Amino acid sequence: MDFDLNGEQRMWQKAVHDFVAAEVKPKAREVDETAEFNWAAVKKMGPLGLLGLNAPEEFGGAGVDAVSAAIAIEELGWGCGSTALAIAAHNGLGSAPIARFGSEAQKKKFLEPVATGRGKLAALALTEPGAGSDLQGGVTTKAVKDGDEWAINGTKMWCTNASIADYIITLVRTDPAGGSHSLSMVIVPTDAPGLHIAPAEKKMGLKGSPTHAVTYDNVRVPLENLLGEEGRGLHQTLTTLDGGRISIGALSVGLAQAAFEAAVDYSHQRATFGKPIAHHQAIQWMIAEAAMNIEVARTMVHKAAWLKEQGRPFTREAAIAKTFATEMAETVCRNAIQIHGGYGYSREYPVERIYRDARLMTIGEGTSEVNRIVIARHYLD
Amino acid sequence: MKIVACIKQVPDSAAKVVAQDGQVSWGDAPLVINPWDEFAVEAALQQKEAHGGEVIAVSMGGESAKEALKHALAMGCDSAILVSDPALAGVDTQGTAKVLAAAIQKVGGVDLAFFGRQAIDGDAGITPAQTARVLGWPMLGLSAVIKVDGGKVTVERSIEEGRQTVSAEAPAVLSVVKDFGEPRYPSFMGIRKASRADIPAWTLADLGISAPAPVVAWPELMNPPSREVACEFITGGSPAEIAEKLADKIIAEKVL
Ligand SMILES: Cc1cc2nc3c(=O)[nH]c(=O)nc-3n(C[C@H](O)[C@H](O)[C@H](O)COP(=O)(O)OP(=O)(O)OC[C@H]3O[C@@H](n4cnc5c(N)ncnc54)[C@H](O)[C@@H]3O)c2cc1C
Repeated sequence: MDFDLNGEQRMWQKAVHDFVAAEVKPKAREVDETAEFNWAAVKKMGPLGLLGLNAPEEFGGAGVDAVSAAIAIEELGWGCGSTALAIAAHNGLGSAPIARFGSEAQKKKFLEPVATGRGKLAALALTEPGAGSDLQGGVTTKAVKDGDEWAINGTKMWCTNASIADYIITLVRTDPAGGSHSLSMVIVPTDAPGLHIAPAEKKMGLKGSPTHAVTYDNVRVPLENLLGEEGRGLHQTLTTLDGGRISIGALSVGLAQAAFEAAVDYSHQRATFGKPIAHHQAIQWMIAEAAMNIEVARTMVHKAAWLKEQGRPFTREAAIAKTFATEMAETVCRNAIQIHGGYGYSREYPVERIYRDARLMTIGEGTSEVNRIVIARHYLD
Repeated sequence: MKIVACIKQVPDSAAKVVAQDGQVSWGDAPLVINPWDEFAVEAALQQKEAHGGEVIAVSMGGESAKEALKHALAMGCDSAILVSDPALAGVDTQGTAKVLAAAIQKVGGVDLAFFGRQAIDGDAGITPAQTARVLGWPMLGLSAVIKVDGGKVTVERSIEEGRQTVSAEAPAVLSVVKDFGEPRYPSFMGIRKASRADIPAWTLADLGISAPAPVVAWPELMNPPSREVACEFITGGSPAEIAEKLADKIIAEKVL
C-alpha cells in the first residue's frame, strides 16, 4: 500500500499547478464574464502535455498514467472550471476513444494534430434532444453506407468544444433494427459540408466552455472514419464514460479546493463581533467539513484512476468517485459562499462563479442518478 | 556549442524570511529554482536551439538542490551536475565563484556560462562577475538580447541609462535579465526525463580544490526594524473631495 505520488507525478503536479496559477486562474473571471474561450492559455498547453494526456508518445501525446491525468484535470479545475471542462472533454471524450479504439491511420490523421496543440481540440457527440441518459433507446442520428461513404443525418445536443474542435466523434445508429449492437462511432471533421454547429448555448456557468447543438444534414465522410468496430458504439461509449467520470470527479475536487481556499482566506480577513470569523465555531465546522470531503473525494478519484492504470475493472469506483466528488463540490461551494456572507453572492469574489461551474458536474457524463444505478447494479444484479 | 547554466535553489519568493538565533530561516517554505535563473536556462536553451550542442545545468548546494536541477532538466537541459560538500556550508559569493569556476573547468570545453542576474535570497548579484574573474573570461552582465556568431558573443545590456551593446570572444560568462523574455514551462518530455535522471554530485575533492577561505563574515544577523503601519480610510461626498483630502495628506506627510 502506498499513498505517495511517484517522482514523475510529483514533478508533473507542480509543473501543471504552476502553469495553471500563471496562465489559467488569473483569467477565470474574464472567461466567465465574456464567455470567451481561453485560447491563449490552451495554445501553450501542447508542450506541457495537457492536450495529449491519453495520446501515446509516438503520436505526439504525453501518454501519462491515469493518476497523472486526474492530477492535471484537478489542477485545471482549481484554476478555471470552463477551461478545465474543455480540456477534460478534449482528452477524455474527444481524444481517448481514438487512442483506445482508433487505427494507426486515424491516430496519425486525427489524434496527432490535436494532441500536440498544432490543431484545435476534439469533441464527442452522444447526447441528442431526445437522448441523454438513455442512449441505446434514444439515439436517432443515423449513418447509412452509401458507396465508400457514410451519409449521416440527425441532431446532437450539448456538444462541448464543437466550435473549437477539428473533429467530432459522433455516436450514430448504424442498424435501424435497434438493440445494444445498433450504434457505432464515426469521426466527423468539423469542416465537413452539411455539418452545422449552432451558436453556443447560454448556460448557468462554465460560460467559457462552448456547448453546441450540432446538425448533420447529409454529412458525408469516408467509410474509414468508422471508429472501432461497427455495432460496438454503445460499448465504446460506456468505456469512454468510465474514464470521463474519473476526470469529472477530479475536476470537481479542483473546483472545491479553489472555493475552499477562498473561504479560508476570507475567514481570516473578515471580522465580526470583535474577532475574525475564522474564530467562530460555526465557520470552523464548515471549514472542517469541506476539508474532510475534499480529502475523501480526492482519495477516491485517485483510487479509481489507479485501478484504471492497473488495467483492473474500475466502473464501480469511477461512478462512486464521480458521484461523491461532484456532490461534495456543490456543498463545499455552497458553504464557501455562506462563509463569504453577502460578498459571496457578489461577482467580486470567485465563489459564486465556482458554485455555478460546479453545478453541471452532477449532470454531465452520467447524472448522479444514473451513476447510482451503476453503483447499485454491482450489488443487486 | 557547450553551454553551462548555473542555477541556485532558494526559498520560494512567498516565503517569510527571518533572522532567528543568528541564522536565516524561511520556516518550512518550499525551495525552488531561483526565478532569475529560469531566464538563464531559457537563454542557454535558445543558444543550443540556434547553434546545436548541449546545455548542462550546474548548481552548488545541498542534496535538495537536485530538485532545482530537475526543474532545469524539465525545461530541456541535457544534463545536470550538483556540486555539494559539507565544507561549503555558508560559503560567501567569492567562494561560490571559485567552486563554480572549478566545476565549469571540470566540465571542460565550455563556450558560454549563463547565470541569472541575482539570487532572490542573498540578492548580491556578483557571483556571475566573480566567476568570470576566476575563469579569466569576459563578463557580459545584465544581458537582454544575446547573439552568438562564430566565436563572438554580442549582447544588449539592460542598464539604467538604457541599452548598451557590447561584445566579447567566447568563452564568456553572461548574466541574463527579465527583458530577455519569458522562460518556458517544463515539458512533459522534460519532466519524464528529469524524474528518471541520476544527477551526479561532485565534491571539492572531485574538483581538485580545497574549501575556499571566506572573505566576508556576518558577525550579526538581525531582522529589519518593524515599521508601524496605520491604515486610514479617506471618505468624502464626491471623488473630487476625496482626491483633494488625499492630496492634502500626501503633502502634509511629505510623501511628495
Ligand atoms: C454543459 C454541458 C456539457 C455537455 N457536454 C456534452 C458532450 O460533450 N457530449 C455529450 O454527448 N453530451 C454532453 N452533455 C450532455 C449530458 O451528458 C446530458 O445532459 C446528460 O447525460 C443527461 O442527459 P439529459 O440531459 O438528456 O437528461 P435526461 O436523461 O433526460 O435525464 C433527466 C433526469 O432524469 C433522470 N433519469 C434519467 N434516467 C433515469 C433513470 N433510469 N432512473 C432515475 N433517474 C433517471 C436524470 O438523472 C435526470 O435527473 C453536456 C451537458 C451540459 C449541460
